Amino acid sequence: MSETAECVVIGGGVVGSAIAYGLAKRGEKPLVLDGGDSSIRSSRVNFGLVWLHSKGDGMAAYGFWTRRACDLWQQFADELTDETGVNTQYVKSGGVNYCLSEAEYNKRSETMQRMRGQAAEDPYEARMVDRGELRQLMPRAKLGGDVTGASYGPHDGTCSPLYLLRALHAGMTKRGAQYRADSPVTAIKPVDGRFEVVTAGGVISTPKVVLAAGHGSMPLEKALGFDVEIIAERGQIVVTERVAPMGILPANGVRQSTEGTVLIGTTTESVGFDLSTTPQAGAAMVKRALSVFPALAGVRIVRTWAGVRTLTRDKCPVYEQSGQYPGAFIATCHSGVTLAAVHANDLAEAIHNGKFTPMIDAFHGRRLK
Amino acid sequence: MSVSCDLLVIGAGPAGLAAASTAAKRGVDVTLMDEQVAPGGQIHRAMESRAFKAESVSRADDERGVALVAEFRASGSRYQPGTQAWQMQADGKVYVTDGARARVITARRVIIAAGAIERAVPIPGWTLPGVMTVGAAQIRLKTITYKPPAETWLAGSGPLLWLYAAQVIEAGGRIAGILDTTPGSNRMRALRHIGGALGHVAYLKRGLTLQRCVRAAGVLVVNHVEALEARGEGCVQSVRYCVKGDWREAPAALLLLHQGVIPHTHATRALGAEHHWNVLQRCFVPNLDSWGNTSIESYAAAGDCTGIVGAEASLLQGHIAALEAARALGKLTPAQRDELAAPHFAHLWRHLAARRFLDALFAPRASLLNPADDVVVCRCESVTAKQIRDAVVLGAMGPNQVKAFTRCGMGPCQGRLCGLAAAEILAAARGKSMQETGVFKVRAPLKPLSLSELAALEE
Amino acid sequence: MSNVTVNVEGKAISVPAGESAAGAALAAGLTHTRVSPVTGEPRAPYCMMGVCFECLMVIDGVPSRQACMVPVREGMRIERQTAVEVWK
Repeated sequence: MSETAECVVIGGGVVGSAIAYGLAKRGEKPLVLDGGDSSIRSSRVNFGLVWLHSKGDGMAAYGFWTRRACDLWQQFADELTDETGVNTQYVKSGGVNYCLSEAEYNKRSETMQRMRGQAAEDPYEARMVDRGELRQLMPRAKLGGDVTGASYGPHDGTCSPLYLLRALHAGMTKRGAQYRADSPVTAIKPVDGRFEVVTAGGVISTPKVVLAAGHGSMPLEKALGFDVEIIAERGQIVVTERVAPMGILPANGVRQSTEGTVLIGTTTESVGFDLSTTPQAGAAMVKRALSVFPALAGVRIVRTWAGVRTLTRDKCPVYEQSGQYPGAFIATCHSGVTLAAVHANDLAEAIHNGKFTPMIDAFHGRRLK
Repeated sequence: MSVSCDLLVIGAGPAGLAAASTAAKRGVDVTLMDEQVAPGGQIHRAMESRAFKAESVSRADDERGVALVAEFRASGSRYQPGTQAWQMQADGKVYVTDGARARVITARRVIIAAGAIERAVPIPGWTLPGVMTVGAAQIRLKTITYKPPAETWLAGSGPLLWLYAAQVIEAGGRIAGILDTTPGSNRMRALRHIGGALGHVAYLKRGLTLQRCVRAAGVLVVNHVEALEARGEGCVQSVRYCVKGDWREAPAALLLLHQGVIPHTHATRALGAEHHWNVLQRCFVPNLDSWGNTSIESYAAAGDCTGIVGAEASLLQGHIAALEAARALGKLTPAQRDELAAPHFAHLWRHLAARRFLDALFAPRASLLNPADDVVVCRCESVTAKQIRDAVVLGAMGPNQVKAFTRCGMGPCQGRLCGLAAAEILAAARGKSMQETGVFKVRAPLKPLSLSELAALEE
Repeated sequence: MSNVTVNVEGKAISVPAGESAAGAALAAGLTHTRVSPVTGEPRAPYCMMGVCFECLMVIDGVPSRQACMVPVREGMRIERQTAVEVWK
């Protein structure tokens, strides 16, 4: 006798959990199958940015999709806190991208202009700020001499990715989803309009399956008629001891968490699934952070992390319903934290209805062919 | 900036000192680094400058320590005190810091001799100032002949409790009493291993002598203590303890806890070496072959960090690992190595057989390993047992997910102290074995490093 | 054993040369040596062997030193650690 479920979400990371939470909110009872304690988990190795103003260079739709996420985030965070008591620590502070020379400033300025020009509307509302204005934005901070300015995005912010995951797990369970750890899926077989999901603990029969397992989706997707290439890229993060609040805006290279730790990131390395941290890569990114804030020099590192990003070839998300096997969905993206707000709302709604809106259909993998 | 050596030994306790001396004697170019400022490890701490010299209770230990340190000093090994390894790579690159500057040592072989740490068994109030470990007090006794205040209580289980009490008495100090949590049932379990202990009666004799010495000095000894609690405002003021369901309270100026020692596996775990659960010693230990080789090529381990073996056996393991290193580095043929190691192996088996008796006799009381909900388990991040149990309810399947959900083990100590305690609580809550549960993944840096130290490595 | 004079929280104290900075702080009568950055509770040295990180103190102006691992030196300034301030 095999088990049945009305919906199976494969992957209990921040993408799968957000979708499962959204489906549960819409009255479905998804079964979430997750890997083990030592599985590769991008959700646990994360900078915690809820970030817009550098997303979507080359794909305007991604800019608008991310903007929608940023617009929904506060409400989404409040809802999670109300439902679960877990505060995701979301703050829409605005965010910056530091420039350490005139050349960097000019290049950044051009990039921002190009991104703004991609569509009739500007989802970013970002601007360049010079050193003087940057100092006004962060009056307590002592900037390094090389800092020439930054790009500034008003819709950017941060959250605690770990509390986000915890809140999603608590929220989806409360709403009727079932979470099952240590249950990696070894195969999925489409059978007579349904799907047989094979785990070590048994086979689960379901009419609807959502593949959201990050790199774990790759070995399973062919059987469902998907052909999305998911590329591994290592990123390293350095985390310091807790320090007193610094009053700095978050940036993609350095930010302070609500707890007080300073996060410094991040590398982009093509080394497959090697999760080791390397002092040289750490040194390079720390050096850059110290150029921005030299006063951090004596602060102590508590740990370094390495994670594997889940990238597609154009680094933008892919969402699809299988043409061959309707009822099978795939969702894969890099920015699962930022996009959690749309995954739990718009994407979950689309999966619930079995029908993608044009906004979501823009992320079909056919664009990569 | 970069140094190369044939053999890098990490740790200057009995295993590390013996390994360095033996390898150097075989013509190996040895560097020994240690985070302490003087050789000896914890047992022979400050051996060369020690203020307190035991007249009887630990004279044999001390004499062995003096000889060991002197032999090391004369061995020609390079010695780098005050140096901590913060990252080790499979390619033999070991990143170290002296607290001011990071650099890299490239070694063809590495022997990790990181020693033991005291098992942390959280009790209510253990974060109060004035609650310390017995080992902490003993370090102060060894280094500066520190005598504790009169209202000092020792609580827990294990030989160190008695050794320290005897040493304090011998140094002319006093303690208020010993609250022994050793379960009565341990004796029956230990008897199964009495054969091994009889092969090495020195251990038994010494234990009995220490207990006699402590009782003769009029120290109050309370047996079968089932639960403990430190109380006070701002610092410890009293200790509460429970015997047969009956709670009592006594004023305390210093409460010293001890629940035996466990291997310090932070280095071998950070390296990525395989480990397994040692049932009798209730701790994780690295998987090793008989020469001390870990699962990572060119890295070996010796002494208490491989499983608690005691100072004498650690020394033997140090010799053995060094002979294997000399073989691997081409200084000895396998036959020469085997011949030189044979007497060490013979002694080692005797020690290990006797150790099983001690392990069983001083196994921690099970109920203490599963503290009440409100007890702080992770001192750095102030995470309670309840928070760990709540994470399990949310579906956390292992220690790394618990860490992500609760921040348990994310502080500066990196889970050194709370790691095993958290795993015990998690295993109990999930009804799983410790082998299945596992323990936190260890991440570099092994010791906090300043951002500027790391940045300076780039060139 | 010879003695050295160190300065603990502004007060001079003479301690044996083999003492650690954490030991000197205890000898000077400090009940707590740091404040938990999580809860604000007072904390004091626990293990004295570099494992627990409870003895983090400001030594000669440098914060977050493991005071139990730092041997005393003549004139050393040893201070309680409250919050680590980046901007001074």
